[in-house]
Amino acid sequence: MGSVNRFRRAGRRSVISFIKVLPIVIGVLGLASLLAAALPAGALARFLPMEGTFGPLLGAVVGGVAAGHPLTSYVLAGEFGSAGIGLATITAFIVSWVTVGLVHIPIESATLGMRFALWRNAISFASAVIIGYLAAIVMPLL
Amino acid sequence: MPGKNSKRKSRPFAGWVFLAVVAIGYGVTAIVDNDLAAAALAGWFGLLAKVLPVLALIFGLLFLAEAFLERAWIVRHLGRAAGPKGWALAVLCGVLSVGPIYAWYPLLGELSKKGMRSALAATFLYSRALKLPLLPLMAHYFGVAYTIFVSISFILFAVLNGLIMEALMGDRPSHRPEDVDQ
Repeated sequence: MGSVNRFRRAGRRSVISFIKVLPIVIGVLGLASLLAAALPAGALARFLPMEGTFGPLLGAVVGGVAAGHPLTSYVLAGEFGSAGIGLATITAFIVSWVTVGLVHIPIESATLGMRFALWRNAISFASAVIIGYLAAIVMPLL
Repeated sequence: MPGKNSKRKSRPFAGWVFLAVVAIGYGVTAIVDNDLAAAALAGWFGLLAKVLPVLALIFGLLFLAEAFLERAWIVRHLGRAAGPKGWALAVLCGVLSVGPIYAWYPLLGELSKKGMRSALAATFLYSRALKLPLLPLMAHYFGVAYTIFVSISFILFAVLNGLIMEALMGDRPSHRPEDVDQ
């Protein structure tokens, strides 16, 4: 009897949690899709400099704004490399793509708190820039 | 003294309001550029179809977490007392987790309420950047050395980000120790 109640309670709580976040998940998907259609990552990449001190910063901005499967970021980054964009910028772009999610902030803040969501994305953005610079320093040594 | 997270207000309709705002955004886009709105809508439905199985998986995990994971267990394994094992668990689960990141937020939110450290939640989310099935593709485009460098960076920065997050969040557990079931 106790376990039946436990499962019933767990089921009720799970459904409530799920219903609470479902519209946010659907909304985030819609927002991501609209953003991807309006600002394709390939078009955003035109703003990336070939080389330069601020390349990783801009790479991280583009990666953070873009939305889509990580696979797409690898393919795009490969094309950027062929086009002559620097390794630091490309690395910041790839890392930011998979760690920063501006579009996901509504659902992240709804479940983990706005403070958590904003700080986590800000730190991940800074990390993407740092890893970009590190790649430019470390890779020629390997 | 209550943690800042405990001040999080419950807004039961916030999600629906957000969805309505997105729908209005689509409506405005359709007025300005009908083709763009149609392409975005097709993409939206495509994404939904892809995400549905993962959402079902997450719902199952939510249920299991509610039914079997006691708060005391979570505090012991994913709370401040967890130690290095907690960090390793967060990194490993992040690397092995499948599906889009947004599908995992509800489960993390529930675990956080039950006592999971905010640092480990952040570490889990960052570790998801390391996609094992995609490593061969990365190696194909950028070489094996680069792939190893990026993979190691992901793991190191996942832990570093967790530590920074905890310091910024006030260096306290996600929820008060007195909330823990004894």
